[in-house]
Amino acid sequence: MFGSLSERLQSVFAAVRRDARLTPESVETALREIRLALLEADVNFKVVRAFIDRVRDRAVDRSVLESLTPTQQVVAIVRDELRALLGDGQGGLPPSRQRPQVVLLLGLQGAGKTTTTVKLAKWLERQGRHALAVSTDVRRPAAIEQLRLLAGDAGVRVHEPDPGTSVAARAAGAVESARSLGFDVVLVDTAGRLHIADDLMGELETLKVAVEPSELLYVADAMTGQDAIKSAGEFNRRIGIDGVVLTKMDGDARGGAALSVVSVVGVPVTFVGDGERIDDFHPFHPDRLVSRMLGMGDVLSLVEKAEQVVSREEASRLELKIRRNDFTLQDMRDQLTAVKRMGPLDRLMDLIPGMGGMASQMPGDVDPRALGRTMAIIDSMTPRERGRHQIINGSRRRRIARGSGTTVQEVNRLLKQFVEMRRVLRSVGAGSRARKGKRGRRAAPLPPGMGFPGR
Amino acid sequence: MSLLERLRTGLRRTADQLRGRFDGLPDARPAARGARGGAVAAIDTLDALEEILLEADLGVAATTRLVEAARDRAGDGDLRSVVRAELLRVLDAANPAPAPAARPRVVLVVGVNGTGKTTTVGRLARLVMDAGERPVICAADTFRAAAVEQLEVWARRVDADFVRARPGSDPAAVVFDAISSGKARGRDVVLVDTAGRLHTRSNLMGELDKIRRVAGKAVEGAPHETLLVLDATVGQNGLSQARAFLESAGVTGIVLTKLDGTAKGGIAAAITAELGVPIRYVGVGEQIEDLLPFSPVEYVDALFESGW
Ligand SMILES: Nc1nc2c(ncn2[C@@H]2O[C@H](COP(=O)(O)OP(=O)(O)OP(=O)(O)O)[C@@H](O)[C@H]2O)c(=O)[nH]1
Ligand SMILES: Nc1nc2c(ncn2[C@@H]2O[C@H](COP(=O)(O)OP(=O)(O)OP(=O)(O)O)[C@@H](O)[C@H]2O)c(=O)[nH]1
Ligand SMILES: [Mg+2]
Ligand SMILES: [Mg+2]
Repeated sequence: MFGSLSERLQSVFAAVRRDARLTPESVETALREIRLALLEADVNFKVVRAFIDRVRDRAVDRSVLESLTPTQQVVAIVRDELRALLGDGQGGLPPSRQRPQVVLLLGLQGAGKTTTTVKLAKWLERQGRHALAVSTDVRRPAAIEQLRLLAGDAGVRVHEPDPGTSVAARAAGAVESARSLGFDVVLVDTAGRLHIADDLMGELETLKVAVEPSELLYVADAMTGQDAIKSAGEFNRRIGIDGVVLTKMDGDARGGAALSVVSVVGVPVTFVGDGERIDDFHPFHPDRLVSRMLGMGDVLSLVEKAEQVVSREEASRLELKIRRNDFTLQDMRDQLTAVKRMGPLDRLMDLIPGMGGMASQMPGDVDPRALGRTMAIIDSMTPRERGRHQIINGSRRRRIARGSGTTVQEVNRLLKQFVEMRRVLRSVGAGSRARKGKRGRRAAPLPPGMGFPGR
Repeated sequence: MSLLERLRTGLRRTADQLRGRFDGLPDARPAARGARGGAVAAIDTLDALEEILLEADLGVAATTRLVEAARDRAGDGDLRSVVRAELLRVLDAANPAPAPAARPRVVLVVGVNGTGKTTTVGRLARLVMDAGERPVICAADTFRAAAVEQLEVWARRVDADFVRARPGSDPAAVVFDAISSGKARGRDVVLVDTAGRLHTRSNLMGELDKIRRVAGKAVEGAPHETLLVLDATVGQNGLSQARAFLESAGVTGIVLTKLDGTAKGGIAAAITAELGVPIRYVGVGEQIEDLLPFSPVEYVDALFESGW
């Protein structure tokens, strides 16, 4: 997600960094590029205009241009303004004092409400909060059944009143039952509807009165772009919403919708869905998105993603290693195994510092065979070699190549990539501490196994 | 309600917006004689027209054609009738090929998640029956929870044969079963519902390939039609979906759903102008009677004549 926007922004900043001195003119050129990049990503044009004006006001200032680090300052201004644009939402679903906390999911037909209901329940479960789900979609064929089956697979409890129970009574019954069974949260799935369908909007109003939700989440299909945001605005006017969940971010949605929600609707994006699986669901962190967009990488997201397959201790050990530059070939092998378990590799790419730009060079999916070869190479090394790659000399390389059924060239390439990867990981591991004297960061090469054989 | 009235109701938001914007146009009649003495519409008007059309999601190709027509033929009548005539020409250009004479005829329904495929299959069965043919409904979405049950409800509603897949089983195998069953019972059409898949996922697109190959083995030339279901509210991303499915799934026609939910019904013109694929049906609501065979004339009438 946000791949092409990030790429565009990163190349703008790469250009800015190449300029030894900044002038009002070069700032203006950069602003024009940023403007285009945002428009192309489908960000609302009014939002873009206001954004650019604010950045210009702050950037074309003598104290900035004549400072010792003008480019860093301009990047920082853009970062601040992007953060302001996205709001200071924390993502996720904060607990409320309400017991049980009632959450209503609403939106247009087919947006992803039912799927999101179960994804959210599962996410809450991971936070140690227990959610009871209920469908109030008595209209669409098998909508109730869909929630029951999805929830069943995910181990989420569903409130099942008698068929024929009215919409409001279904929800109210769930709240009752949650109270007596000790659930913390009730998630109410609703039927899809258009904001222009007066009777159906009336039904939502009744539902709202009946269960007094603490949160109304509008579920929007991200592929819809600007229009999704407009209809969110309509729901907000009529019913009132507290947050937006953007679904289907795994498609080629250009992300502009996410960037415009706060400005246009005035509520934050709380979660994004990026796949059909129940775990393809994440709280939306504007902060991390911004650093990712500006090519600063995001060790935190990487670590979090890894946590789902790697234990927490293992993950913090890894983070520590990255920070200390102790990352070894063995660690890389462990990571690749984990990566294999994490699912499609290309999704991970933009989480890895500096790799955002590389993803586009890979036609389609990453070749799992190359990954296998990389693993085979590492497997043919001794534990000492895996821990200290420096000792792998020419004869060791030949032995490793023979043992893994690869060539010396491939072994060389892997080692070179490993060294480069360590370098990049270290620079990110050092955090956002000022990197004085360092002009720009080159994009890292693909980690071994994520490239194509022969490249 | 007649079919045309349904279409009008469904397109009301688009039509209202177009009407409002056209009313706001500066005088559309030739403002001045052009340099070559011909009638030339005022530049301001053309710019404004272009904006209106783009906003209704007609896309660049169709919009350019309409604006050029308005420029060159401004003398032929008022702007509306010039635009209307050209729009009709755009839509007429992509005429559907006549349905092949195979029996059973296999119709594959594909598209990204949540666009209205299952609902479309249920309602198509009813249109097929209205035309005096007998359908088999095939539930080949073995992935999404309760997709089979959802379609089964539709099959009962229209009282059509129903071949179901076991959850998690191979969709191609179900398609094969449904076609065999259709052959054995002498049915005319096999309507196949497939799982939603994002056009960006190559492995899932490959699954469609397999379904197509297996269908072709079950009956000569199958699938005879492949309908891509697009959600009209999605707007221009629909084009990107259509391109991907055209390339890898042999799409022969488009079903444009949820027209009732958008003021951007112009996407129909964008699709035909940019891709040359005919629109076959439009969805204007969730009810059984809300799927309509697409007719360019009726569509253009509904856009330009309701209450003008
Ligand atoms: N690729 C992808 N598909 C998704 C995502 N979220 C939901 N879907 C799919 O989108 C389709 C529609 O999802 P539902 O949850 O049924 O949508 P809904 O809003 O409940 O639909 P209605 O109740 O009919 O209005 C299903 O095929 C889901 O699997 C996502 O983040 N990515
Ligand atoms: N307003 C409106 N809603 C529609 C139309 N067509 C379908 N829908 C609704 O859109 C939602 C999704 O429809 P489905 O038929 O389940 O979509 P699908 O493409 O089969 O979805 P997946 O199988 O999950 O990918 C349902 O709530 C339908 O009732 C239409 O023309 N207008
Ligand atoms: Mg639903
Ligand atoms: Mg379906």
